[in-house]
Amino acid sequence: MDATSHAFTANSRRALSDARLQEALHRLADGFPARRRDAVARLPEFDQLRAEARAIKDHVLENLDSYLERFTAQVEAAGGHVHWCRDAAEARQTVLAICRDAGARTVTKSKSMVGEEIAINEHLEAHGIEPVETDLGEYIIQLRGEAPSHLIAPAIHLSKDQVAETFKAAHQDFPAERRLDEPRAMLEEARAVLRKRFLEADVGITGANMVVAETGTVVVVTNEGNADLTMTLPKVHIAITGIEKVVPTLNDAATILRLLARSATGQDITVYTTFATGPRRAGDDDGPDAFHMILLDNGRSALMEAEFRDILRCIRCGACLNHCPVYSAVGGHAYGWVYSGPMGSVLNPGLIGIDEAHHLPNASTFCGACEEVCPVGIPLPKMLRHWRERAFGARLVPAGGRTGIRTWAFLARRPRLYRAMTGAVMAVLGALGRRRGRFRRLPLAGGWTAARDLAAPQGPTFLSQWARRGRK
Amino acid sequence: MSAVAPNVALFVTCLVDLMRPSVGFAAVKLLEDAGCVVSAPAVQTCCGQPAYNAGDRADARAIARQVIEAFEAFEAVVAPSGSCAAMIKIHYPGLFADEPEWAARAEALAGRTHELTQFLCDVLQVDGIAAQCQGIATYHDGCSGLRELGIKEQPRALLGQVAGLALRESPKAEACCGFGGTFCVKYPDISAHIVDEKVDDIAATGADTVIAGDLGCLLNIAGRLQRRGLAVKARHIAEVLAGSTGAAIGES
Repeated sequence: MDATSHAFTANSRRALSDARLQEALHRLADGFPARRRDAVARLPEFDQLRAEARAIKDHVLENLDSYLERFTAQVEAAGGHVHWCRDAAEARQTVLAICRDAGARTVTKSKSMVGEEIAINEHLEAHGIEPVETDLGEYIIQLRGEAPSHLIAPAIHLSKDQVAETFKAAHQDFPAERRLDEPRAMLEEARAVLRKRFLEADVGITGANMVVAETGTVVVVTNEGNADLTMTLPKVHIAITGIEKVVPTLNDAATILRLLARSATGQDITVYTTFATGPRRAGDDDGPDAFHMILLDNGRSALMEAEFRDILRCIRCGACLNHCPVYSAVGGHAYGWVYSGPMGSVLNPGLIGIDEAHHLPNASTFCGACEEVCPVGIPLPKMLRHWRERAFGARLVPAGGRTGIRTWAFLARRPRLYRAMTGAVMAVLGALGRRRGRFRRLPLAGGWTAARDLAAPQGPTFLSQWARRGRK
Repeated sequence: MSAVAPNVALFVTCLVDLMRPSVGFAAVKLLEDAGCVVSAPAVQTCCGQPAYNAGDRADARAIARQVIEAFEAFEAVVAPSGSCAAMIKIHYPGLFADEPEWAARAEALAGRTHELTQFLCDVLQVDGIAAQCQGIATYHDGCSGLRELGIKEQPRALLGQVAGLALRESPKAEACCGFGGTFCVKYPDISAHIVDEKVDDIAATGADTVIAGDLGCLLNIAGRLQRRGLAVKARHIAEVLAGSTGAAIGES
């Protein structure tokens, strides 16, 4: 997808004035955080698990090469193929080549953020292969030509009515006067449409929440079971994921699974948790004839070497989005590329460049709610600040803001000048504002006073009064 | 900490110095009432947070060095702000990763720096705040104080000692107010949206006063309350505890 992160300010204004989006975001804010809190409260060892998961991921990142090689050897031993792809273009070409070899006309897909990252749907369509999203949320937004707006709830930005309108427009075979006012009815309709698509697909593409080095296993979680149909019914299964998703053992995968759903939706575990290893073996009841694993780098190894390594611990639970005041205000699309919220604001600059994405790390209040809920303890505010340092160094910050900060710092480094200047300015503002106690408008303070009054300073500064009292 | 008359420096913070000195004097009163000898070094300006959070590390380091030099001689440094205290306590040491001598001085200062309510409650173990304040208040937890310094119970314990004051908790007391330092002017529309939620939430408690430990949050919240014509007053906790009942923030 083409990034519009550079237009974050305009994107966010649009989002703030979209009433239906705002309703949807309120529903999200009232739902996931409370359910997560309850799930965590039910599990006394949650913090212990977090520490364990963090240690697992750190250990993997320290030894990433050897675990990826081990995983590759195990997939090959099980009869599968592993493709190491440096960037999105290489991953797209690889997937397309596999689909062509299979003579594919349609491809079913279960939800994959890496699939979004490499824009695989657009690429397949451009080459005459029809991708069909099978996760309900992904299916809805595919019909609408939209991108996901949340890691785990891709259509969270839509209302029930919008989904009903979309289905009525897309599903012309159904009676026009049918009622679609309940989620159940929409689900049944999507299921009826998708069942046929599952059966006719030549290739199934899934993501992978984790891959396990010791066994060559792909771990996929869903609440709909669509990933299972996607990977078992077609002749060919392609799994795509980032190189950082490898874990050493099945036990390690289990540790992370105990955190994933609880952090994401507040479920103890997802409805479906699938471990798939290689293609169908002799004696298996079902499964694909061929299995391909796409391991994508696309900027991740560069993050490894920089101060951004910790973001590669991310397990894509979405908790940081759900607890972020900025995400809750503007939703995922405003961020202008695949990932959104705090994790996206750290990851996107690494994947599409800080030039394009410089707004994202800047658009944070540093409230720290993200780090507080992160199941693998990623210091998100610290990494956002590191990106701000890069943006500031590269002069990507608007000139006015940069000058303001540098001027303030200039003063702050010269206490005598600071006292003289601020003393004079505050005395004037204090006198001007004394009658009302505040200003509705003030030159140079438009950013503040557009939405709020500005309290008038009391007048003489603390330091001047302190000195006048002869105190030290 | 010496048992008698600890020698305490007030890091007054730039917002309090410039906008609301009465918070600084309230802090001085509270510390002196608790038996401290209080200084406020004249060379102090700002903790450097605006530069640090803007990605201007060089300026942040220069300002941090200045603060360390000005304050390292004191037994304790106290700031009436979770955000500025956290800057010194949590972030200064990391600024000098490649300068061991300065890192050590930053660490030493960090160990002696406290947010006001934390210092009163945990270090001085103040019990017997003499203030009076009639009304119903709700407390807003500033993000840095809450999440970086673990300040949650201390302000409530202290406010619980104020005669006549009833505290009414909001379930969303820990939600960010949308101030975020320069965030509020860099992304004013988003900030306004977030502070609106905060103000709605404060109004829903039925409290007549919102109290917090950070002037940044309070200026933001008070400014939005007043723009929307809501009658809730905003006060810094130091003023409430010191019994200074002058005009509330943004009032005359």
